[in-house]
Amino acid sequence: MSGPIISLSGVQKYYGDYHALRDIELDIAEGEFFSLLGPSGCGKTTLLRTIAGFEDASDGALMLSGRDMKGVPPNKRPTNMVFQSYAIFPHLNVAENVAFGLRKHGLSAAQKDAKVAEALAMVGLEGYGGRAAHALSGGQRQRVALARALVLQPKVLLLDEPLSALDKKMREQMQGELRRLQRQVGITFILVTHDQEEALIMSDRIAVMFEGRIAQVAAPQTLYRRPETSQVADFIGVMNFMPATAQMAGESVETEIAGLGKASLAPDQCPGGVATGAVHVGIRPEMISLVFEGEEVKAATAKTTVVEQYYYGDMTYYDVALEGVEKPITLSMKNIVGRPVLERGAPARIAWDPRALVLFSA
Amino acid sequence: MLISAPALYAILLLAVPLGAIFLFSFWTQDYLTLITTPTLANYQEAWNEPLYGLLLRRSLMISGAVTVATVLLAFPIAYFVSFHVRPERKSLWLFLITIPFWTSYLIRVFLWKVILGYNGVLNSGLSGLGLIDEPLTFILYNANAVVITLAHAFAPFAILPIFVALERIDRSLLEAGRDLGETKLMTFWRVTLPLAMPGVVAAVLIVFIPTIGDYVTPRLVGGPNGLMIANMIQTQFLKLNNAPMGAALAVVAMLFVSVIALGFVWLNRKFLRVKQ
Repeated sequence: MSGPIISLSGVQKYYGDYHALRDIELDIAEGEFFSLLGPSGCGKTTLLRTIAGFEDASDGALMLSGRDMKGVPPNKRPTNMVFQSYAIFPHLNVAENVAFGLRKHGLSAAQKDAKVAEALAMVGLEGYGGRAAHALSGGQRQRVALARALVLQPKVLLLDEPLSALDKKMREQMQGELRRLQRQVGITFILVTHDQEEALIMSDRIAVMFEGRIAQVAAPQTLYRRPETSQVADFIGVMNFMPATAQMAGESVETEIAGLGKASLAPDQCPGGVATGAVHVGIRPEMISLVFEGEEVKAATAKTTVVEQYYYGDMTYYDVALEGVEKPITLSMKNIVGRPVLERGAPARIAWDPRALVLFSA
Repeated sequence: MLISAPALYAILLLAVPLGAIFLFSFWTQDYLTLITTPTLANYQEAWNEPLYGLLLRRSLMISGAVTVATVLLAFPIAYFVSFHVRPERKSLWLFLITIPFWTSYLIRVFLWKVILGYNGVLNSGLSGLGLIDEPLTFILYNANAVVITLAHAFAPFAILPIFVALERIDRSLLEAGRDLGETKLMTFWRVTLPLAMPGVVAAVLIVFIPTIGDYVTPRLVGGPNGLMIANMIQTQFLKLNNAPMGAALAVVAMLFVSVIALGFVWLNRKFLRVKQ
């Protein structure tokens, strides 16, 4: 892999007094499926639109395949966008929509038709060329928007919450298809989403953004297992935070966790940096399990009471109260054959692995 | 039974007058007596008498010119209000555009006489600036004056439908046009204009249909060469006491307007498949 296809350094964006993008430093490699993830208003769409050329950065540099993009309008950038609303031209049919950007490519009518047909086949819409734009379903509109962008063979494809308007089933299907399509064409995809699950499923790497700032850039597994800040940990999935005290013991950190007891953490369990004194320790619900009678336990255990129970079918989530700790913690159990579902108020013994703990400075 | 009241209302206000005109056009007037034997004599006269043809052609020309001028001038205004005025100010702008309508139509026509006249505002202004030696005469008491006056009078009727059509354009479509490699100008040509066409066609019809029947403006500012078919219809009804001939001319004029209007609607459907 050569240098990054997109490189942002010190990018700032102001709308009047509002600071929308703060000090963005980001490199995206060629062929990567990259996601910008964050709650609404975090600046992820502004960042995407800055890359597309619809917004000018107030400060900082944006390089696109080695070229400085300052003052370059969107029509001169090697990027194409799939809009959140899909922006299908209502006065054109499907084929005319897909061919819209090919006008200046100097193709014969036959070559153009072939390209359009190829692009439509790629997104699974063979033979839809003559359809009127208004006769398409949401999923089909999205495919047309994809074909219309991909037919131009951009260096970077930008996707602005492309799946948010689809129903759950359709969304899950399109997540897989987008991933497959990205591998097939090898183009860099940048996806904006507020759905952490979607980002985890689809991306090679994810940038988590809060209030105009990038909090962490990492691969999905790293992001989930080793979030650098409690804010990231809280945004991605569910994380139990427990107050603890920490002190150094050689390479590792010795902690005393409220309700759970002592645990020794390796340096990699402190992704945000080693901290001592009053800290928080986090653990994911699936890393804690209930211990039923007759089961052998290697990990550490603690006594709890079930405060609340949520039955999901495949899983059951429990809020359990540790002895002497007010705030309950959440754990999840797969509902396998022969495993009972505990009721509220039942005593429960839990087991947890100290290797699953993550340390956050308080 | 619920439908009957509005239906009756519509019949009384629309169908009965139209039917009466249509019926009259097949009768004839012999001085003071109305002869109710059906005949095509009025239509034959309308066809054979060159003056009627001349007036009808002139009416179509003037209405056409008014329509073109009005729509061409209205489009930039509608575009400006829709695209460059802050959303919370748009209603204010539309309100301001309608202000000329607070004065009566007749007074506005007279004001144009004041502006365009031999010693009018325009001529004295231009000669005061030393731009002209003697007053311009081609701007009053001819077809030009009719076009100017009507174009001004109908401007808001053209601005509003075009504005509405422009407002309905999803702004992300324009960004998509830019994103797909087109300049601002080409995006306007390939996206904005086609999507605004329903509004433009509506504006064309709203301006063209009433102006062809206008008789106040040609009477006041048109001079002898600016008179239109509606003036002749008025003359037939009120001065020559020949209601059947007037009715026949009215039917002929309506026929032309209908054909042209339908032509526009058809063009819109055929070539600008804009479906919302």
